[in-house]
Amino acid sequence: MADYETLVELAEEAGEPQAGTTRRMTLNMGPQHPSTHGVLRIVLELDGETITKAVPEIGYLHTGIEKQCEVRTWQQVVPLTDRVDYLANLSNNLCYCLAVEKLLGLEVPPRAQFMRVMLTEITRINSHLVWLGTSALDVGAMSMFFYCFREREEILRLFEFFSGQRMMTSYFRIGGLALDAPRGWEKWIDKFLKVMPSRLDMFEGLLNENPIFKRRTQGVGFISLQDMLDLGVTGPMLRGAGLKVDARKDAPYSGYEKFDFDVPTRTENDVYARYLVRMAEMRESLKIIQQARDGMPGGPVTADAPKVVLPDREKMKTEMEALIYHFKIVTEGFRVPAGEVYQVVESPRGELGYYVVSDGTSKPYRVFMRTPSFGNLQALPTMFEGYPIADSIASLGSMDFVLGDTDR
Amino acid sequence: MEFFIITGIKAALVAFVLLTTAAYLVWIERKVLAHIQLRVGPYRVGPHGLLQPLADLIKLVTKEGVLPAQVNKFYYLLAPFLAVALALVSISVIPFGKQVEVFGYKTYLELANVNLGILVILAISSVSVYAVALGGWASNNKYALLGGLRSSAQMISYELPLALAIVSPLLMCNTLSLREIAEAQAGFYFGLIPKWHIFQMPMPQLLAFIVFLIAGFAETNRVPFDLPEAENELVAGFHTEYSSTNFAAFFTAEYCNMVTISAVATHLFLGGWNPPLPEVISNWIPPAIFVGFSLLAFYHATQTSPTRPWDKYTFPVLGVVLLGLAGIFTLPLLRDALTPLFWFAAKTGAILFLFIWVRGTLPRFRYDQLMKFTWTFLFPVSVVQLLATGILVAIVN
Repeated sequence: MADYETLVELAEEAGEPQAGTTRRMTLNMGPQHPSTHGVLRIVLELDGETITKAVPEIGYLHTGIEKQCEVRTWQQVVPLTDRVDYLANLSNNLCYCLAVEKLLGLEVPPRAQFMRVMLTEITRINSHLVWLGTSALDVGAMSMFFYCFREREEILRLFEFFSGQRMMTSYFRIGGLALDAPRGWEKWIDKFLKVMPSRLDMFEGLLNENPIFKRRTQGVGFISLQDMLDLGVTGPMLRGAGLKVDARKDAPYSGYEKFDFDVPTRTENDVYARYLVRMAEMRESLKIIQQARDGMPGGPVTADAPKVVLPDREKMKTEMEALIYHFKIVTEGFRVPAGEVYQVVESPRGELGYYVVSDGTSKPYRVFMRTPSFGNLQALPTMFEGYPIADSIASLGSMDFVLGDTDR
Repeated sequence: MEFFIITGIKAALVAFVLLTTAAYLVWIERKVLAHIQLRVGPYRVGPHGLLQPLADLIKLVTKEGVLPAQVNKFYYLLAPFLAVALALVSISVIPFGKQVEVFGYKTYLELANVNLGILVILAISSVSVYAVALGGWASNNKYALLGGLRSSAQMISYELPLALAIVSPLLMCNTLSLREIAEAQAGFYFGLIPKWHIFQMPMPQLLAFIVFLIAGFAETNRVPFDLPEAENELVAGFHTEYSSTNFAAFFTAEYCNMVTISAVATHLFLGGWNPPLPEVISNWIPPAIFVGFSLLAFYHATQTSPTRPWDKYTFPVLGVVLLGLAGIFTLPLLRDALTPLFWFAAKTGAILFLFIWVRGTLPRFRYDQLMKFTWTFLFPVSVVQLLATGILVAIVN
């Protein structure tokens, strides 16, 4: 990552132009550029159209969320996690809630677990749709963008139906869900499950065998598996290189072990392979959603932990303890036993980890987020160098990073 | 004197028609693209956004023309001027219809009856590379420079297959005048199949037509060959730094070039203004189309929806206008002059629609793939096609 000094050094290295010599061109890509998907700055050194050096510079979207977590109560951190990766908000919610629940030793009821799984998988489809639209737009297929966003709109409506919010849902709470699903949710899920496969067929029909798309993506953005492992790349990029890693299988959480699904992999390790992996993942997610919808258990959606979970409004009017707990939780929050925990979930972008430290008070001592976008972005220089500019755009799209997730 | 007056009137008319066509082509493109992409497109300015081109024009002209720091002022301002001037000049040699008689004067429906028309167009399209290259170079912007470089390389490479594709129909007609080429394609085989060059026996020019279209897409920098202005890579390519009227000039030039290329394709391969069916039937097609559309308009006027409150006023007006047009096309006097114009416009419009349709469908080539495509595929194909045509023409004659 470039700071000011390295940029100055780069400029000094380039030096003043001299007659009769060739000089490489330094191109400043971003922070405002149509293809950087946010505010990423990349300093490129070009030899003709070939990139000889790429220095990414992050920090233009720094939010200080990790630091903010330390002055909020445990529950107040949940809405902050929404804003880390705004395309996979529920994955972040889930990861944080699981970490804190682990510290508290809470057992979440099965209905809440199934709901969580179902909604995180819908989040995965949501995130992949945004990725598909934008990365297809990057290689020039403009219409894909609008088709993908039509589907995404349906998902956002679904989220609004469940939680009252389209993007920043904060639907998962420590100990369960904010609310039980509204009446008739099965119909919404059924509708979604019915429409989505045909739409995926349409996308694949438009792109899979499109000769121009294949030419733009096959053999592009190669980075060796060893390099990826060294740099901390995770998620669909690793699976596109043939490594079958998926936290949902390797370290099951929230009851994922009860679901039957595959982890799609490809071995080509290029942009096209990553595209195929993500398309296959969407279909697997649909399988999981179907299973969760069919096997949805009954019962409560919050854990039986009166000191952590807010009581029902009804109980508050009849029971004194409920009123006291409500007052305590709302005014000062609940205390979490001292300790530290690292929880991993598979976000749409890869391995998302929350390292949460508690000193026994009602606020986290430290919340560290191991975000997949940051790890994936490390592969940028290796993937860029030696390729033409046009390819770099395709590789940039295949990394699928969210800048909010990178600078937190 | 008479010549100057007539030419002056024609020049004004052609410039007006071309610029209006270009402006409304933008509107049509935005509408068609929008409908491909599940959107509505321009809708607010005027009925169905019909005044959008005017609004765009006013906006562009009244904006501040920014002159970036340290640009080469002369070339920077020359480039858009060159672009729009050349785009307007090349339309002058394209005939639109047969000879007509207006107030006793016999005149051709074209600005200049050049007997080397097609060469003039080729020459002008070669020069228009300078506009793009200069604009990219003079902008003092690295994205613009890259865009300009790409564009010059691309346009020069694609000129070759374009020219070769043009040669085959020229060989068959043995003329360089677009008017004579169009007139040579009149008539029908078996009284049914038109003698257009794409159906011409014994050597149908379908292949040359496809090569010409592909090269035309590249020549006008359209998707999938829009690398010079590849938005996701080079921001806006060679016109990144241009604003206000300068940008409008590039924009107009692009759309005028599209119209020119389509018109040339129509003349060379699709039989110019010759109807697709024998005149007994084809004379009734334009009025039938207009009547059909006016009925559609009247039908829609009755189907008012609350979200489109103006439809019940705009659609009947449209319907009456269309009926009037249908009436005009049935008058024998006007029909003879207007029907060729109609067919010419319809064919050009069909090719223009193809331009837009492709833009809504295809991704973009990579730069090196684009060059490879022209030199290893398009160029050999056009050479083989030209050889075959040449041999056949030699045998037949």
